[in-house]
Amino acid sequence: MKNLLGYLKNYKKETILAPLFKLLEASFELLVPLVMASVIDRGIGGNQTDYIVKMCLVLVLLGVVGLACSITAQYFAAKAAVGFAARLRHALFEHIQSLSFSGIDTIGTSTLITRMTNDVNQVQSGMNLALRLLLRSPFVVFGSVAMAFTVNPKAALIFAVTVPLLMVLVFGIMLVNIPMYKKVQAKLDGVLSLTRENLTGVRVIRAFHREEEEIRDFSGRNQELTGIQLFAGRVSALMNPLTYVVVNGAVVLLLRRGARQVYEGGLTQGELVALVNYMTQILVELIKMASLIISITKAIASGNRIQGILEIPSGPDRDGDKSREDLACTEGIGAGQTDAGTPKIIFDHVGLTYHEGGEEALSDLTFSIEKGQTVGIIGGTGSGKTSLVHLIPRFYDVTRGRVLVDGVDVRACAPEELRRKVGIVMQKAVLFQGSIRENLLWGDPDADRAVLEQALEASQSMEFVREKEGGMDFQVSQGGKNLSGGQRQRLSIARALTRRPEILILDDSASALDFATESRLRRAIRELGDETTVLIVSQRISSIQHADQIIVLDDGQAVGIGTHEQLLADCQVYREIFETQVSGREAGGVRGDKEVSE
Amino acid sequence: MKSNGNQIRTLKKVLRYIKKYGLYVAESLLLALVIVALTLYVPVLTGRAIDLALGKGQVDFQEIGRILLRILLLSGLTALAQWCMNLSNNKITYGVIRDIREQAFRRIQILPLKYIDSHAHGEIVSRVIADVDQFADGLLMGFTQLFTGVLTIFGTLVFMLTIHVKITLVVVLITPVSFFVAGFIARRTYHMFQQQSKVRGEQTALIDEMIGNQKVVQAYGHEREALEAFDRINDRLEKCSLQATFFSSITNPSTRFVNSLVYTGVALAGALTALKGGITVGQLSCFLSYANQYTKPFNEISGVITELQNALACAARIFELIEEAPQVPDAPDAKVLTDTDGRVELSHVWFSYVPEQKLIQDFNLQVKPGQRVAIVGPTGCGKSTVINLLMRFYDVDSGQILVNGTDIREITRESLRDAYGMVLQETWLRSGTIRENITMGDIRVTQEEIVAAAKATKAHSFIRRLPNGYDTVIGEDGGSLSQGQKQLLCITRVMLRRPPMLILDEATSSIDTRTEIQVQNAFARLMEGRTSFIVAHRLSTIQGADVILVMRDGNIVEQGSHSQLLELGGFYAKLYDSQFAG
Repeated sequence: MKNLLGYLKNYKKETILAPLFKLLEASFELLVPLVMASVIDRGIGGNQTDYIVKMCLVLVLLGVVGLACSITAQYFAAKAAVGFAARLRHALFEHIQSLSFSGIDTIGTSTLITRMTNDVNQVQSGMNLALRLLLRSPFVVFGSVAMAFTVNPKAALIFAVTVPLLMVLVFGIMLVNIPMYKKVQAKLDGVLSLTRENLTGVRVIRAFHREEEEIRDFSGRNQELTGIQLFAGRVSALMNPLTYVVVNGAVVLLLRRGARQVYEGGLTQGELVALVNYMTQILVELIKMASLIISITKAIASGNRIQGILEIPSGPDRDGDKSREDLACTEGIGAGQTDAGTPKIIFDHVGLTYHEGGEEALSDLTFSIEKGQTVGIIGGTGSGKTSLVHLIPRFYDVTRGRVLVDGVDVRACAPEELRRKVGIVMQKAVLFQGSIRENLLWGDPDADRAVLEQALEASQSMEFVREKEGGMDFQVSQGGKNLSGGQRQRLSIARALTRRPEILILDDSASALDFATESRLRRAIRELGDETTVLIVSQRISSIQHADQIIVLDDGQAVGIGTHEQLLADCQVYREIFETQVSGREAGGVRGDKEVSE
Repeated sequence: MKSNGNQIRTLKKVLRYIKKYGLYVAESLLLALVIVALTLYVPVLTGRAIDLALGKGQVDFQEIGRILLRILLLSGLTALAQWCMNLSNNKITYGVIRDIREQAFRRIQILPLKYIDSHAHGEIVSRVIADVDQFADGLLMGFTQLFTGVLTIFGTLVFMLTIHVKITLVVVLITPVSFFVAGFIARRTYHMFQQQSKVRGEQTALIDEMIGNQKVVQAYGHEREALEAFDRINDRLEKCSLQATFFSSITNPSTRFVNSLVYTGVALAGALTALKGGITVGQLSCFLSYANQYTKPFNEISGVITELQNALACAARIFELIEEAPQVPDAPDAKVLTDTDGRVELSHVWFSYVPEQKLIQDFNLQVKPGQRVAIVGPTGCGKSTVINLLMRFYDVDSGQILVNGTDIREITRESLRDAYGMVLQETWLRSGTIRENITMGDIRVTQEEIVAAAKATKAHSFIRRLPNGYDTVIGEDGGSLSQGQKQLLCITRVMLRRPPMLILDEATSSIDTRTEIQVQNAFARLMEGRTSFIVAHRLSTIQGADVILVMRDGNIVEQGSHSQLLELGGFYAKLYDSQFAG
């Protein structure tokens, strides 16, 4: 939380003035009982009507000045808090943009979104409250005590005892309660997860007709929750009654001692009234302070969560975070220049571990891909296909070995530059709010109409885009919800093609397409020419079997590299996949090589 | 008006839940009355004590002592009453929300699948959890503050009137100014808040879009543009947020100012009256403390009312869930399906999820005992629709489905579903032990039976290797188990029950090749001699099937055996070519 305060930097003036004006207002408020005391003693006691009227005018004046101060304070506080939150949101958004993929994976996008919205709002209102009230309440409490001393030091001793006692009570109850509410929260989470489980598993639960058992289970947890809520409530229910007793006790003491002093002539009646007033004021402020502290604690918790995000190190440095000398890129192979002979992509004993100490997602991969080649990558889910291709644009950095693009270790390249060479189509087709054209321009902001049309054509999107209202100006709604899954997939392929990438990566990105469209798409990609190196990730043999080179992954290891025919001969895993998918061909008759003959 | 009517209806429903706690409510109200009376009486006593300390040499110690003793006693009593009231308020509130939550959960268990499928689960969960919680806050606050607040206002008025009528009038006349001011500001700031939430919504949408798809943003180097777009909204948000925050925060100082005017008014009128001997100084001090107390509940009540409205809105959302029409209950004369031979017949079945979109039309199928039916089609073509109908998760629109020659709507759901063993591709495990997940809570099953089933599916070997074997606790959704292991557990679950019919959803490509083969074998063993419906992805499964249903866009477009369908040269043939042929 502390580090976040840096975002207040531009609001120094406001941050100081807001509490200051609040304190001014409080001081005027503290004067009121004194004025009242003199009304009683000098006005009523001395029978002076003028004086009473004059003092009442003073009271009004105090009110007006107080109001002015207070509004000024509110303005500065609002300005500082709102500005602080805006800066914080900006910083957070910028930081999240720079996170590495592993960073995003570990935190999860839904958490990131909550941090940016709920938590920042929480911090903003906490900051606003703190600027206004954090100093004010203690000031009024201690101010009241101080004023009481100026009225009558002897009687004021009672204050010196009461205030600490009240504080112990108020904060003690709060301290006891906070961990209890944590327990309540934990129980609530239990109820929540059970409810969610029942929704996701509704088919299984009904298939096994476990409804009654689930209800029984829920009732049990619900009852536990209620029990602990009641228990926590019992403690916090003590707050008001106890403080009430203490304050009234103090008033009684005050009156007793005050009466004696009045008798002895050391205290006037009006002053006694003032003392009683101060006492009640203190109670009000302390209770305000307690609830203030609760809100601020919440805000601090949110702040710490935000801080946690900001502390996650950014992803790879924009300029390449390892100096070139550190890496072997200056050695033999190519050293940056792209000779005709240099392979486009080289994997050199590559290993990848996502979590420190975890198992390797990829291990000891070594292969090279020539420029213009088409490479298929096949294997079951979790075999590491996506991890492999994500290493090329440096979404993740290898934990062992190295990846070279155009002869240069990718860790020596600025990710931005590297990614400009790569067009990647991810498994989940994501489009953004805006026109189709705007979406395509993500690939290359400078692309002209011809390029866009070419991309649409090749991705088999032209036909449906033409049918849309406005063609390329058709507005895609958020998440592309007004397009079908297949259309989204084709447009995200078009987006990658707009970039005219040196390396095109298709990560299982034709799954929603029907067979004919997919084969036309495959043909169009084959026609991209020798300038484009293509990597196709798939679970289907048919999608990749014509590739120049096929890499078979199983459990993060390359169990076979070669052409379709070679792999059928040598690679058992490939053959198994082939058999489960294709083996029926002979049995099914002569149908078959239709795709090839096309 | 309409929303008012709704609120009243919701309030009535809430009262129905509260009724059960009538005794506590009565106690709570009675105590509130006592508390208000006592808290208002204490300043009178304090005032009296002050009046007895007139000045030097003029103090009636004896009387003061008696009064002080009474103050002590009464405040002790008040505190006790307050505590008891708080406790009974807690009992009411937490009791009511427990009941509501339980009702909601019970309803979820009998809601038609249609409702659960068509509503985001997060939203339903948030009704059961967040809305109920918010409702509790509002209810508790209403109980503790609304009633005492109203009582305090009236009580104060009565007490003030008994002391002095004219000064009371001063208080009564000035106080409404504070409402006026607060109302004025609220009206003015309303549109600012609307504006703020609109811009905030825009920003959230952008955050959702960009952060939610951060990987694509980074892959295309779009970070700078995204940040620029974000900043534009952020600046606008800052401006309207400042307006809304500032103008709304004027309310407090303003009402406080009006309160201080009330205070001054009382001071002036009181002091002048006191000069003429109309009231004593003690009474004046008592009046001043009333002037403070009288204005406070007004401010509080307006806060409470907003909170209550909010609570009612939450309650309405929960009641919506609780009152959602449940699935058609089993007919009273519904038969219990016994000794199923595995005969299934679909006759002239029509079905669609939404009326506008026709899906299954006049579909006929006869499945003989022990036959295998494969359902094939491209991704997302609605293969699960058939499962939904067979298991009676959804009812057919017209036509009928017969098991053993009986319409499944004339059979109890329990016995129908008992007759099927179902394994879905999305494995579902609950937090609990492996054993609990296999038995699904059936306590009659012996350990030997469990192990036998697990051995048959080859799940036994990996279960044995878990830290506590069958008693290993797994987290929500299977925790650390691999996808293949989860699938094996789900198969074991069905294996244990040996149902006469099966519904299986083959995994597309979940697992490493070896586990995949194990799962395949487990499936095969399970299917021996049982009528099976399989959502099939593997050619071997499809070719081995007696009947293949080919689905496309939710419709069943072709039906027949593998060779028949190839002969037909239709969609299946094309599908087959693209998927499985070179």
